[in-house]
Amino acid sequence: MKCRELAEFLNDYVSGELPEESRVHFEFHLSKCKNCHAYLMQYEVTIKAGKIACDEMSDEMGPMPDELVKAVLAARQKI
Amino acid sequence: MASTTPAEDEATLVAQLRAGDEAAFEHVVRAYGGRLLAVARRIVDSEEDARDVVQDAFLNAFKSLDRFEGNAKLSTWLHRIVVNAALMKLRTRKRKPEQSIETLLPAYMEDGHHEERFKSWDEPVDKLMERAENREIVRKQIDALPESYRTVLVLRDIEGLDTEETANVLGLSVNATKIRLHRARQALRTLLAPHFRSAVS
Repeated sequence: MKCRELAEFLNDYVSGELPEESRVHFEFHLSKCKNCHAYLMQYEVTIKAGKIACDEMSDEMGPMPDELVKAVLAARQKI
Repeated sequence: MASTTPAEDEATLVAQLRAGDEAAFEHVVRAYGGRLLAVARRIVDSEEDARDVVQDAFLNAFKSLDRFEGNAKLSTWLHRIVVNAALMKLRTRKRKPEQSIETLLPAYMEDGHHEERFKSWDEPVDKLMERAENREIVRKQIDALPESYRTVLVLRDIEGLDTEETANVLGLSVNATKIRLHRARQALRTLLAPHFRSAVS
């Protein structure tokens, strides 16, 4: 397996969907190639960082603005 | 109908909504609205659209309370309705010409090796994300992704839809969804690298 092929399988690897045989080749390449190993680490950090940054955003932004609450409740009266 | 005190437990709250209890509606809008607005903001481009989406979603939800199943969670049900409303809004907007993602994907030499040398980022992700400035960088770079990639990444990695649901709501095949998600993650990695690369090399 070459670095290029390994990159194609990253998605399935991190979600645990890579079939056994490919996984063996994948992990063998990974054990030999520092560059791919570092790339995989960065790929995983990217996924987690997106999730954390956006989850925090939901909390940081606070409640729904009062005028929007009122608009929703007023519109509901009409349905 | 007269308002009562909104119930803490969901089953009673839903019963109050179905009975048309005004206080229960207000409680639901206030309790869930902030998070739902955050979801809408991640999918559509403007604050105005995000607010429209949340309003449409609440009205849709209130109209279809009969379809809410007791074993589902109210927050999960509302979340799906907002995601769908946001995607619908996105479809009504004129697509901007999309920039190519190719330049953000890793490049390879003829023998299949990476052109670039990578080094693990110094800090673990929890540590990196403790800093507000880094969280801001990540959110900005997600927004910088070409729209069709950003949408897949947001639905799968942030909003937690599975591959099939994402494929369904976007009208894509499962395989195309997987490929697009993978490219979106690779592109986001490229965009984050200059910020998270170790300062000392």
